[in-house]
Amino acid sequence: MANIPAKTETSFPSVRELSTQSKFGGLSLQRIRERIIEFFLFLAALSSIVITVGIVGVLLYESEQFFAHVSIVEFLTDTQWTVLFTNPRYGILPLVTGTLVTSMIALIVALPLGTIIAIYLSEYASHRVREILKPILELLSAVPTVVFGYFALLFLTPILQKLLPGLPGFNMLSAGMIIGVMIIPYISSLSEDAIKAVPVTIREGSYAMGATRLQTALRVLVPSAFSGIASAYVLGFSRAVGETMIVAVAAGTQPNLTLNPMEGAATITAYIVQVSLGDLPHGSIAYQSIFAAGLMLMLMTLVFNIGGHFLRKKFREIYE
Amino acid sequence: MIKDLEKNTARRKRRDALFAVIGLLATFVGMITLGALLLDLAMDGAGRLSYNFFTSYPSRFAGQAGILSAWVGTTAVMVVTAATAVPMGVAAGVYLEEYAPKNWITAIIEINIANLAGVPSIIYGLMALGLFVYLFNLGQSILTAGLTLALLILPIVIVATRESIRAVPNSIREAAYALGATKWRTIRDHVLPYSTGGILTGVIIALSRAIGETAPLITIGALTFIAFLPDPPITSEFPFISFQWLMSPFTVMPIQMFNWVSRPQQEFHLNAAATGLVLMFMTLCMNAIAIYFRYRFRKRIKW
Repeated sequence: MANIPAKTETSFPSVRELSTQSKFGGLSLQRIRERIIEFFLFLAALSSIVITVGIVGVLLYESEQFFAHVSIVEFLTDTQWTVLFTNPRYGILPLVTGTLVTSMIALIVALPLGTIIAIYLSEYASHRVREILKPILELLSAVPTVVFGYFALLFLTPILQKLLPGLPGFNMLSAGMIIGVMIIPYISSLSEDAIKAVPVTIREGSYAMGATRLQTALRVLVPSAFSGIASAYVLGFSRAVGETMIVAVAAGTQPNLTLNPMEGAATITAYIVQVSLGDLPHGSIAYQSIFAAGLMLMLMTLVFNIGGHFLRKKFREIYE
Repeated sequence: MIKDLEKNTARRKRRDALFAVIGLLATFVGMITLGALLLDLAMDGAGRLSYNFFTSYPSRFAGQAGILSAWVGTTAVMVVTAATAVPMGVAAGVYLEEYAPKNWITAIIEINIANLAGVPSIIYGLMALGLFVYLFNLGQSILTAGLTLALLILPIVIVATRESIRAVPNSIREAAYALGATKWRTIRDHVLPYSTGGILTGVIIALSRAIGETAPLITIGALTFIAFLPDPPITSEFPFISFQWLMSPFTVMPIQMFNWVSRPQQEFHLNAAATGLVLMFMTLCMNAIAIYFRYRFRKRIKW
């Protein structure tokens, strides 16, 4: 009986022995395998950086070619964008106004609705109601945008035309309104998260002072959560600016320097789609112009994101 | 004095009750739009949905046109997208959650993924046009389209993977380490299987986003009129599997729908509505599956 422990010791190698087995340049095979796997996982994570470098690189490279032909001053100040004409003019302003007008209409629709929905879902709705409403609401952001475009052009525009006689078939109003509905879930769900994150003690403090749910929400929770709500607004705006198919279908493809939402106008994105649908030779100036337009789009979202960042910093509340 | 106070209280309570109604109405705006959208598509397009609609190529005659090349194209592109985005996204998520040291490289990767999620989809199309189509010479093919959409949904897959891996309690990992499992074995045999539900939910949501994407694919030059199918993946000759279809020109359902809705003739709008109905049915199904998964896994797993 006494030699059983000794026997097990000889038949099973100890941990130390195991780790010294199959040595390979100071590392066990198993460790090498672990390292290789870790390296490949790292490469996958690094891919996101490669994508960003690719995006910025392509935009800058092709835009540089574009700006070799067109001066930046003309690009930013000319009031005509007629790249595909025989006598081309290269002023991005009409596309920028088109983009801004549709995005503004979208925000006018989505900010109030999204914020009200966020307050309602976080402060008023019962657990059951929320569990039902939220997934349905989030379906709005899952609808393919070309379907929304169809809806804006062939459902909303005819209705608006009855209310506003003289409204053209392609107009920024109906496109902007539908974009607004599309970004409601982005704004409401992020704002709701921000409101929910306000510590319960603050909420209870307000109730203890005799405030109603509405007063608590508007005067305590929304100001406290404003940095998070501002992020939601910025994300909503980025979505609206980058939205393509709704405007390409419902707002037309005619560059038009106007701030009147009752007119049709091409946005930056709609222009890119219009050019891509044609068969443009690689390397032509029209081909390069869509990259310059894309760069402009990126810069616009960047400016608003930076603005949002400072807004957030200004209103940030830090809780223990 | 007390009367004033009571009046004030009553007024505040009324407002509070009023807001509950306003809030509900606001959520209804979204839902009514969704309902009107579905109803509008169904009324316009349901009449065009027939067996022939799914087995015909697009045509100059609206009544004979179908979405055969479009749904085959969508399927092929989705296969490429899923085959690229899922392994890459899950691997990146695993790295960031389980391996990444706290240093500046990790910080940059994390900020970068958050920023990528906010880049407009058409910008991905421009990148793909410059890189995949012309620099790598992949052409305006199914492969290019699949890769483009894969990059587009990569952030969604990464975030979903990270969230569900984070939900696995540390005790599980420690138990595996205690039994002598290496890090990778622990992840492969324990962490990943437990987080499959969450990852799957994220992948389905991401693919439902990709299936409706139109702008980036138009940008890379997807054709709108395709009257042929890509080469079949299975051949009668050795080695029986062919990847020729990857390089084939293609169209997808949202592009087909865009093409039809942009035409002035009413009859083509009906085709567009029918295509939209099919698209909506697919996205709604995918989202329903995702919601079901989320609900089921949240209920079942209790640590």
